[in-house]
Amino acid sequence: MSIAIKNVVKNFGSFSALNDVSVDVPSGELVALLGPSGCGKTTLLRIIAGLETPDTGNILFNGTDTTDRDVRERQVGFVFQHYALFRHMTVFENVAFGLRVRPRSTRPTDAEIHRRVHELLELVQLDWLADRYPPQLSGGQRQRIALARALAVEPKVLLLDEPFGALDAKVRKDLRRWLRRLHDELHITSVFVTHDQEEALEVADRIVVMNHGKVEQIGTPQEVYDKPASPFVYQFLGNVNLFHSRVNAGRASIADIELQIDSHHDTQDSAAFAYVRPHDIDIQKERGSQPAFEATVTYVHAIGPLVRLELQRADNTELIEAELTRERFRELDITEGARVFIQPRNVRVFLDQKSA
Amino acid sequence: MATTIRKHRNVLPGFRLSLGYTILYLSLIVLIPLAATFLKTAELSFAEFWAVVTAPRVVASYKLTFGASLLGALINAVFGLLTAWVLVRYTFPGKKIVDALVDLPFALPTAVAGIALTAVYAGNGWIGSLLEPNGIKVAFTPLGVVVALTFIGLPFVVRTVQPVLQDLEAETEEAAASLGANRWQTFRKIILPAVWPALLTGFALAFARAVGEYGSVIFIAGNMPMVSEITPLIIITKLEQYDYTGATAVAVVMLVISFLLLLAINGLQWWSSHRHQASR
Repeated sequence: MSIAIKNVVKNFGSFSALNDVSVDVPSGELVALLGPSGCGKTTLLRIIAGLETPDTGNILFNGTDTTDRDVRERQVGFVFQHYALFRHMTVFENVAFGLRVRPRSTRPTDAEIHRRVHELLELVQLDWLADRYPPQLSGGQRQRIALARALAVEPKVLLLDEPFGALDAKVRKDLRRWLRRLHDELHITSVFVTHDQEEALEVADRIVVMNHGKVEQIGTPQEVYDKPASPFVYQFLGNVNLFHSRVNAGRASIADIELQIDSHHDTQDSAAFAYVRPHDIDIQKERGSQPAFEATVTYVHAIGPLVRLELQRADNTELIEAELTRERFRELDITEGARVFIQPRNVRVFLDQKSA
Repeated sequence: MATTIRKHRNVLPGFRLSLGYTILYLSLIVLIPLAATFLKTAELSFAEFWAVVTAPRVVASYKLTFGASLLGALINAVFGLLTAWVLVRYTFPGKKIVDALVDLPFALPTAVAGIALTAVYAGNGWIGSLLEPNGIKVAFTPLGVVVALTFIGLPFVVRTVQPVLQDLEAETEEAAASLGANRWQTFRKIILPAVWPALLTGFALAFARAVGEYGSVIFIAGNMPMVSEITPLIIITKLEQYDYTGATAVAVVMLVISFLLLLAINGLQWWSSHRHQASR
């Protein structure tokens, strides 16, 4: 089932949580709502579920307006951030709840409920926990039970609020791969909220980047990462180096060098910000044929697969962050205090809106 | 090498001192006075004792005291839960004042409560004058006793249920709704099981308080023998006639019945929480 969010506005008192948000979620996709805390992503998810009502705007499921439909009739499965399991019920009863509360005419028989619940528990690989109570489970297990409970009512749409937020790093990684595989099996239209860009980039088919109650960009992980539509998206999706620069006819100046860029060909001498990711900074010991500027290595952090360097520009006090592979680092053979030359690659330039 | 077994050390300090103090305290305040009641009663032969405690007027007073107390506690369980619910889940102007009002029956001298209730529910009072033409007499009837006992028991239920409701995340109710449960199903299957132990505690406390209540009841009850006379009043009457052994005999019966009823309620509580022992 496809979801269309049309011009949704929501205010809490004087606080504007959502400001004219429109998003289309095609049927069967797994979409991430990504943004910093307070950007309105959870409010949007709750509005899709019907737990919150928009001030203006509409929610359409498969083209039908469901804005005024009660949460009970929307057929959405909602997984809460803190799971909200019923602690006085066994795992089995938690999952069975959605079936047991149906009106008598559509309620499955006990044998049927039993079969369905065990099917779901097998799907989340926790069949052996059926008789336990939620407080006896680990965080990852509770998360999967919450998912099984939401799936029991055969929802047309699955909504997950920070599904891995409360879990430790290792479990989080396992569980998000598992969620991706589960989605590939079930193909149920799903929307999940996250503030973790790595999670969104890895799991989602499509990412909606939000900030201050507005949508910044919608696109596939590839698109938003490689072609960020705004400085905010660029900065939110990973570490960045920011250079104050001037742009003139497709060329940007950083420090004392000029670089060819593949945008702003018609711009005449404007102030701009140039962004470079740390892994797009190459370091040479000697000045080569490529344009490069001088810097001093101030800090080396050589733990993990990448070596992180902190460098100080020779012409001012700004710090630059660079990431090198271990091989490249060994090849260069540099230590703290060394004079090196920096070559930025894949520079992304945004004009300074204030001075433009 | 010889190994010595270390003396077990508890991290919490002063176990012996605090337990000793607890026992001494309970003995002085509760056990010894109660034991004295039994001792005093033992001055009677069993036949005499039986004659005193089964006199028709006394039996009628047991029925009224325990019946009205149970009824009052039940009413409080229902409306106290509702009050606690409103105070926890909604914000409204004057909420703080309503919250403070709940405690008023605790603070008010019971005689004041009795006079106030009598004034309001008497035939010429604000509420009494509306009820009486419709054939409902409250003051000076057993119904008045129930009203007074309900009044003094209200805070117990509200104050025991309130914190439990506060702990119950609104999210679990939203989860129930998103799974298709209607309001009644959410209440019966999600909220009630969660607050049930606290509700029982509140009920037991309200009941215990009502059984021992004297001050507020004697004003509104009218104290007609066989109709609206409560057991504590019978005990006072006997004391005023210097019939000390008779008074303690009735007191012993009250004690035993109260003890058994509270034991039963505690048992029910134990059972209902152990059914979900795992969820604690």
